[in-house]
Amino acid sequence: MDSISGIEIYPMISLLIFFIFFVALFWWVITAKKDYIDRMSNIPLDNENEIQL
Amino acid sequence: MEMQQFYYDNKIVKKFLYATLFWGLIGMIVGLFLAFLFLFPNLTDGISWLSFGRLRPLHTNAVIFAFVGNAIFAGVYYSSQRLLKARMFSDVLSNINFWGWQLIIAAAAITLPLGFSTSKEYAELEWPIDIAIAFVWVVFGWNLIGTILKRRQRHLYVAIWFYIATFVTVAVLHIFNSLELPVSAFKSYSVYAGVQDALVQWWYGHNAVAFFLTTPFLGLMYYFVPKAANRPVYSYRLSIVHFWSLIFIYIWAGPHHLLYTALPEWAQNLGVAFSVMLLMPSWGGMINGLLTLRGAWDKVRTDPVLKFMVVAITGYGMATFEGPMLSLKNVNAIAHYTDWIIAHVHVGALAWNGFLAFGMVYWLIPRLTKSKLYSTGMANLHFWIGTLGIIMYALPLYVAGFTQASMWKQFNPDGSLVYGNFLETVTEIMPMYWMRAIGGTLYLTGMIVMIYNIVQTVRKGSAVTDELAEAPALQRVSKGMVAGEHWHSWLERRPIQLTIGATIAILIGGIVQIIPTIMIDSNIPTITSVKPYTPLELEGRDLYIREGCVGCHSQMIRPFRDEVERYGEFSKAGEYVYDHPFLWGSKRTGPDLHRIGGKYSDSWHFNHMYDPQSTSSGSIMPGYKWLITDKLDKSVTERKMRTMMTLGVPYTDEDVANAQQSMTEQGTQIEQNLYGDPAFAEAYERDKENGGPDFVEMRDREIVAIIAYLQRLGTDIKVKDLETTQN
Repeated sequence: MDSISGIEIYPMISLLIFFIFFVALFWWVITAKKDYIDRMSNIPLDNENEIQL
Repeated sequence: MEMQQFYYDNKIVKKFLYATLFWGLIGMIVGLFLAFLFLFPNLTDGISWLSFGRLRPLHTNAVIFAFVGNAIFAGVYYSSQRLLKARMFSDVLSNINFWGWQLIIAAAAITLPLGFSTSKEYAELEWPIDIAIAFVWVVFGWNLIGTILKRRQRHLYVAIWFYIATFVTVAVLHIFNSLELPVSAFKSYSVYAGVQDALVQWWYGHNAVAFFLTTPFLGLMYYFVPKAANRPVYSYRLSIVHFWSLIFIYIWAGPHHLLYTALPEWAQNLGVAFSVMLLMPSWGGMINGLLTLRGAWDKVRTDPVLKFMVVAITGYGMATFEGPMLSLKNVNAIAHYTDWIIAHVHVGALAWNGFLAFGMVYWLIPRLTKSKLYSTGMANLHFWIGTLGIIMYALPLYVAGFTQASMWKQFNPDGSLVYGNFLETVTEIMPMYWMRAIGGTLYLTGMIVMIYNIVQTVRKGSAVTDELAEAPALQRVSKGMVAGEHWHSWLERRPIQLTIGATIAILIGGIVQIIPTIMIDSNIPTITSVKPYTPLELEGRDLYIREGCVGCHSQMIRPFRDEVERYGEFSKAGEYVYDHPFLWGSKRTGPDLHRIGGKYSDSWHFNHMYDPQSTSSGSIMPGYKWLITDKLDKSVTERKMRTMMTLGVPYTDEDVANAQQSMTEQGTQIEQNLYGDPAFAEAYERDKENGGPDFVEMRDREIVAIIAYLQRLGTDIKVKDLETTQN
């Protein structure tokens, strides 16, 4: 293949996809409920069945 | 809700931990041995399987895949079961994963010193072992995903996303970079050539760092640091953002290994831009790890586990700041090919990977054996010796890097190089190599102290048994979003969709960078005067690969005034079109060889290979006496040429039919040239007389093939009548 004419459209589409993805991600991260976040953060720490040293 | 009882598999964790310690010791001993070979290059004179070039890939593969690899499996198997509240999906798969991985390592330990190597960094293992790696990796992923699917904890904690991304990406990287056509049982040629091979190799190589050395360890960090400090991660929100941005951005960073080379500019610039951006998600991880210890800093003072973790995460932050800086073209112009890069690698490897693994070992072993650590004092000693070791490794090599780079670039007022002899720049940095060896010794000593401590702990403790656990089964929840739920929490309980999302994210960078480089011809302008290697030169090239010459010598002259002055015309993309695999190299312990052809006589090369110090005083290159004595194996030459033809190299059927004759003719010519040295003539004639029926003529020996190859390098283009066509 010699070259792809009009290749600029592909990086533009990718940029758009990822811009939108990360905007949506940031939106969710900022608006997530504190209670949910606290529960997730504590998943490794729920300890009842663990060996206590 | 009914509670289900089940057992966490601890025995598999124990196995992987023991393997981690065992191979860590071996891998670091080989590393230290290499450090001493810099100082005493003739230490293993005449023993081919103990030479630097053959052992370097053994060290890198051992510390990455054997040490870090087993540590990953140990940590993933321990943490996944507890985060998912389920025993591993299949004990059979767990054991295939374990034993398969150890067999692969053993195969590496045997094949690499014997010279069975593809030459591609961190992918040197030849094709049968590549297939085994793919198989065992699939077993690992199957086991992990199976466990996720039968979990009793609905939401996937951040560590699990990192493990999923690791599994998926390493699979993709390994498969695409290992595409090679076999010639024989332990020899293959990369399907890519030259510039394309370089790009695919460093797309793989950098992402081996990203998805083998970083993402699984970030997952381990997200589990073991909260456990050790007994506090939740600082910011779960941050972990989500940095996970997605890390896996998307990292993939594009590969070209930063190829700045100012013949890689097309647009690809280089993408690599720079994304490498600089990568700073943010990396530091997101560092911040999260360190700030998890907020309010627990007093524990760091007394607990060696936390000490190791703090230095590990700090080292991660340092290396991920240094990396983006090294990706700036002006900084890279100084650092590339020097020991600065080695220093950078080892800060990441010794601090981030090593210390996090050690912290995890010190935390896990007492719990698995239900005992206390044999000696906290020794663990603290290990910490201090190890930290000192890291500093004494990295700092001298930074100085060596700056020194050598600046010496290479010094010009006299009349336009000649101040240090025209490359060896002057090597001699100057020998004291730094000494200090690096001391640093490495300290680090290894710390490791030995740890192993003793762990052995004693295990002996005092109980046998490792599986651990009883209890949790309710997961209730079925609707596939769609539950009222009030947000899309990411929905994603966190849908592992399949999360895996697919992660796969798409990691594929983008590779597709955007690699496909145009392969498909669009204008990226690699054709040079009409470039022709394939002759059969003898091809055999010589394979010897170059076997001996690992690419570990110390580059074949890529950058477009800098000082490099053109020292080495000749800078290297063009079109010169490498028949190089399956490429041999651009990453380090100049010795000079660049791309235009060595015609610079020295055949006799010089003969003497230099036999005893480098005899032609080059102060050289630290080891001798290759076996090349002078051993017969060249010409039994596979035709098959090699046919494989190359399949890969697009334009040999004709006639070329293949004439291969043996061509090699004899070219070999004889070189043999005659060697007679120009009277010392050679005398010694050779004497050997021939005493030789007997098994005497191998010089024209049929390996040295002649290597000389043929070296004399060919860079001679395809003459600067004056350089003709390129755009097609």
